[in-house]
Amino acid sequence: MKVDPAQVETVARELYIRALKLLPPDVKQGFDALARRESDPGAQRVLGTMIRNIQVAEQTDNLLCQDTGIPIYNVAIGRNVDIDGHALKQAIRSGCERATREHPFRSSVVHPVTRANEHSSCGRGVPVIALDFSDAEETLEIEMIPKGSGSENNSFLRMAIPAEGVDAIKRFVIDCVLEAGGKTCPPTIVGVGVGGTADLCVHLAKVAATRPLGSQCDDAEGAKLETELTRAVNLLGVGPQGLGGDATAFAVHVETAATHITMNPVAVNMQCHSARRARATFRPGGIEYGY
Amino acid sequence: MAHHEFTTPVTEAQVRALQVNDTVTLQGTLYGIRDATQIHLFDRGRTTRFDLRGHAVIHTAPNVKPVAKTPANPAGYAPLCIGTTTSDRMERFTHPLMQQCGVRLIIGKGGLREASLTAFGELGGAYLAIVGGTAALETTWVEAIEDVDLDDLNPESLWKFRVRGFGPLLVAMDSHGASLYSEVKRHAQARRAEALASLGVKA
Ligand code: SF4
Repeated sequence: MKVDPAQVETVARELYIRALKLLPPDVKQGFDALARRESDPGAQRVLGTMIRNIQVAEQTDNLLCQDTGIPIYNVAIGRNVDIDGHALKQAIRSGCERATREHPFRSSVVHPVTRANEHSSCGRGVPVIALDFSDAEETLEIEMIPKGSGSENNSFLRMAIPAEGVDAIKRFVIDCVLEAGGKTCPPTIVGVGVGGTADLCVHLAKVAATRPLGSQCDDAEGAKLETELTRAVNLLGVGPQGLGGDATAFAVHVETAATHITMNPVAVNMQCHSARRARATFRPGGIEYGY
Repeated sequence: MAHHEFTTPVTEAQVRALQVNDTVTLQGTLYGIRDATQIHLFDRGRTTRFDLRGHAVIHTAPNVKPVAKTPANPAGYAPLCIGTTTSDRMERFTHPLMQQCGVRLIIGKGGLREASLTAFGELGGAYLAIVGGTAALETTWVEAIEDVDLDDLNPESLWKFRVRGFGPLLVAMDSHGASLYSEVKRHAQARRAEALASLGVKA
């Protein structure tokens, strides 16, 4: 399958706009599940407002949240896909810029020192483009995630040591959720990276935080931690918006990687209730949009 | 748990009547401010031509569209999506915002800390919580962008919005020393041991 960079540009543009406007069905179901279980009347009202906002965004064709985030594009290139890699990255970048200028919406991206905003959602190293390969025949997948800053500002890494064991991981997750309080716009998806190097560990936490609700870690040990930690963080009573209640997190997601004999790293990255995500799949028959 | 309908600007007495868990709906003028706005106002000595005395500010940086100046869009900007950002980053600006500019109400999400609570008590102010991440809904409460100052900081300009039925907002910090955030935080800390025990971990 030959992929035309011009098509990638159009898709990259479209994906950013779709992600900002349409919440994935798994997140909507997550809201319904939390609302059913919530015992605090104030928290019920907050969840109700969030659910109403999803409907208003759809009815008024508006953005769910004003924070257009840092744009992240995750690309999975399948087998027998013919694409110029450099052109692919360029196309994603111009699609991201075009979405910002043509829709238009707020560019939330600035230079880290001068704080200058190019009003394009682009800058040095941004959009973040993560390239990977898959074994799907003649398939190219692009996932777009606008990562909001309220949740991203609450990111944590701890290089624990082996003697602290898995308890250090569990304690760290609980303490990060307490520390974040209402700043992350709970209910959140708490992403936890376990193992790897420092940078891989943080990356795993991001992958975990942006995984669809209902998905499970494919490492059985990670999946076990997910179940235990989801229950535990929801005992804290931080609640929606940090104003108290049962619904602190939709779920805790865990991703793992092997690590060094001397290391026990753990990272936490959170995704807010506006857990936005859009996906396009290129196949020989055409392009399909989804979540 | 009283409900208050306020048309801005408000008086000190109106704000001092607010208690946590009350709700407020605003009509009239609402100013939008953000990190850069306040860094420039309070760290870099810039000034604004707006009179913020008795007014409400919201922690925001809106999505706007440049348009021709018309009576409907007097500032030359159409509001597209207006929402609220995390207040905590702007904690140290609460006091100067109230003392130097006379602001009475701060609208945000996630709450402010002790120093802000003290400022609310000393100077007569309150923090009104909006539901963060519900900007599509919030935008329907904004009638127009009436004016804009410090616009070189766009989108972190100082925005003057005209709002109608902006709320209900929850009084989450009042001038009597009460903060729902500290209360929730205290409870959550108290439950830390229980959460850890459920994981088989010592506190
Ligand atoms: S934390 Fe998420 S939902 Fe809240 S304002 Fe930021 S992007 Fe929006």
